[in-house]
Amino acid sequence: MTPVEAGRQSRLFRNLSAKIASIPMILTALVIFVGGTAWTVFYSFTNSKLLPRATFVGLEQYERLWATPRWLMAVENLAIYGVFSLVFSLVIGFLLAALMDQKIRFENTFRTIFLYPFALSFIVTGLAWQWILNPSFGIQQVVRNLGWQSFTFDPLYDADIVIYGILIAGLWQGTGLIMCLMLAGLRGIDGEIWKAARVDGIPTWKTYVFIIIPMMRPVLVTTLVIIASGIVKVYDLVVAQTSGGPGIASEVPAKYVYNYMFLAQNLGQGFAASTMMLLSVIIVVVPWAYLEFGSKRRHG
Amino acid sequence: MRYMLTTAALAAGVALGATGLASATDLEVTHWWTSGGEAAAVAEFAKAFDATGNKWVDGAIAGSGDVARPVMIGRITGGDPMGATQFNHGRQAEELVQAGLMRDLTDLAAKEGWANFIHPKSLLDGCTLDGKIYCVPVNIHSQQWLWLSNKAFADAGVAVPKNWDEFVAAAPALEKAGIVPLALGQQPWQTTLAFQVILVALAGPETFQKVFGDKDAALAGGPEMAKVFAAADQARQMSAKSNVQEWNQATALVINGKAGGQIMGDWAQGEFQIAGQTAGKDYTCLPGLGVNEIISTGGDAFYFPKQTDPEKAKAQEVLASEMLSPATQVAFNLKKGSLPVRGDIDLKAANDCMKKGLEILAKGNIIAAPDQLMSADSVTQVNDLFVEFFANKQLTPADAQKRFAEIIAAAD
Repeated sequence: MTPVEAGRQSRLFRNLSAKIASIPMILTALVIFVGGTAWTVFYSFTNSKLLPRATFVGLEQYERLWATPRWLMAVENLAIYGVFSLVFSLVIGFLLAALMDQKIRFENTFRTIFLYPFALSFIVTGLAWQWILNPSFGIQQVVRNLGWQSFTFDPLYDADIVIYGILIAGLWQGTGLIMCLMLAGLRGIDGEIWKAARVDGIPTWKTYVFIIIPMMRPVLVTTLVIIASGIVKVYDLVVAQTSGGPGIASEVPAKYVYNYMFLAQNLGQGFAASTMMLLSVIIVVVPWAYLEFGSKRRHG
Repeated sequence: MRYMLTTAALAAGVALGATGLASATDLEVTHWWTSGGEAAAVAEFAKAFDATGNKWVDGAIAGSGDVARPVMIGRITGGDPMGATQFNHGRQAEELVQAGLMRDLTDLAAKEGWANFIHPKSLLDGCTLDGKIYCVPVNIHSQQWLWLSNKAFADAGVAVPKNWDEFVAAAPALEKAGIVPLALGQQPWQTTLAFQVILVALAGPETFQKVFGDKDAALAGGPEMAKVFAAADQARQMSAKSNVQEWNQATALVINGKAGGQIMGDWAQGEFQIAGQTAGKDYTCLPGLGVNEIISTGGDAFYFPKQTDPEKAKAQEVLASEMLSPATQVAFNLKKGSLPVRGDIDLKAANDCMKKGLEILAKGNIIAAPDQLMSADSVTQVNDLFVEFFANKQLTPADAQKRFAEIIAAAD
């Protein structure tokens, strides 16, 4: 036995019990996640209707998908919702956390207030905002009752801006959590750094932008992943607020997938759409994972 | 507490022993009838079934059929079948039948002679696949109705219209009086329903059958259908200001006289009844928009998933024949506001609008429902198109017609 082989063997048996213990989880991950994904992609090339059928039709489902106005609308909506949700969640979340970090009074109270919406499900959030934005008894009516008769604010009934109405509800629900994550990140920064910055006479905002935020990188990455996954799977919020209306103006991909798999009883079409969703996630995640984990291995 | 439990258990034991002779079997029945009138109707089925010594276990799934059907299909394909389940007439359960998951009722149907009394015959055809019968139709719901508020027209100072053209002509007067001419909920199926009703009323039943039944794409893109799309465009303008989602909210607008009319199925009648309104006096109903007096024969049917337990299988048969018995049919349909599937019973308690429906049915002026003619996939595509058409003013009738013809060409 050469020393190299011996080394390889001992590496394989290192932490053996831990490796055995993780076998069930590895199997679950392989069979359920990878297996399920492969199964879905496989059947997206068939003409399966209500039940899966292995009759291949090539790229037909994808051609139909990208020729469907409803799917194109859904993709456009997701892009708008995604970009704004990402930017506003991060900015508002960070600003709230930074304000919270100023050793204010009643911090606990404020933190609870801001985090509270997160305790509500998207369905409840959606319904509440459906009422708030309803022109006949929501904000619009309240302002009109105050005397401003021509005031109009009915995003959920205007096809051009309906997605922003959904965005408002999404931000209201989600920013509290982002704030808490950011706050945890800020609290994790050594107080000495603040003292040093103050001694050097660096203004507070500069300290935040050039010192604190770069130091919060791990928290930011976690936050980003949480926000991004929330964006891709947005479904219940839309169902509760508008059911995709008016018309098809607030459709989202996840809703398309559900509708075609279960209502239209066309699994092939639903699978093709969900494969496209998976693809978009891969396009975002793979470069990030490569940068994140690839670089670590080089250092370590 | 423990004492009470023991007593309860004993009592239950005695009760079981007593009914044990009649071999009581629990049968779970799933359906999506949860509104007031619907629940009252389904209770009639439960009562009739319990009277046979079995036990009806109610499995109501809240939400509409769109919510309930995926749950039901999931349970059947997942190997946890219920005793019986509701579907609409037509092709919703077709693949479940093909996969051998549903029970064949042909023997029972032959024994009881269903073919002799189920009217119209198309109902039983909807349950038949390769010559075998797989479901029990329980009622007929028709979609082709225009409900008009007499009060709204009185307020606007015009006579209550007798057909679609008069209704369109009255629209400006209604608008002037601050009344929405046409109430239309924004859910996909409602806009599709409105379009289909306009289609069958203005273009006639043959065109309807050719487009949805034979998938004649040339006809769907032709001049005959262009008229229908123009009328749908008018309906779109008339309904522009109705900001409601649910169908019963739209019906409420008509009941309160805030809207002139609504195109909706006969189930809307239940709402008028609950509001204490009388047909002819407070509201007017025009089957087939007053142009072509035609009704479709969609509705609900019960399917019986295959069971391994022979006791349950026996109970399924009892339930199937009970649902079709004359007494149950009358009790159920009066509460539901639908028409019975038996041609040999008399509905004396029916109101004016129901009687109009029965008359049309007796004359045989009937068409199949789109659910019976097209697969769920194609129906969904048509739904998507019309929900967009009614909400998006930029989509011209010509463009919509072009897309409609494409869907019909690819439909199955």
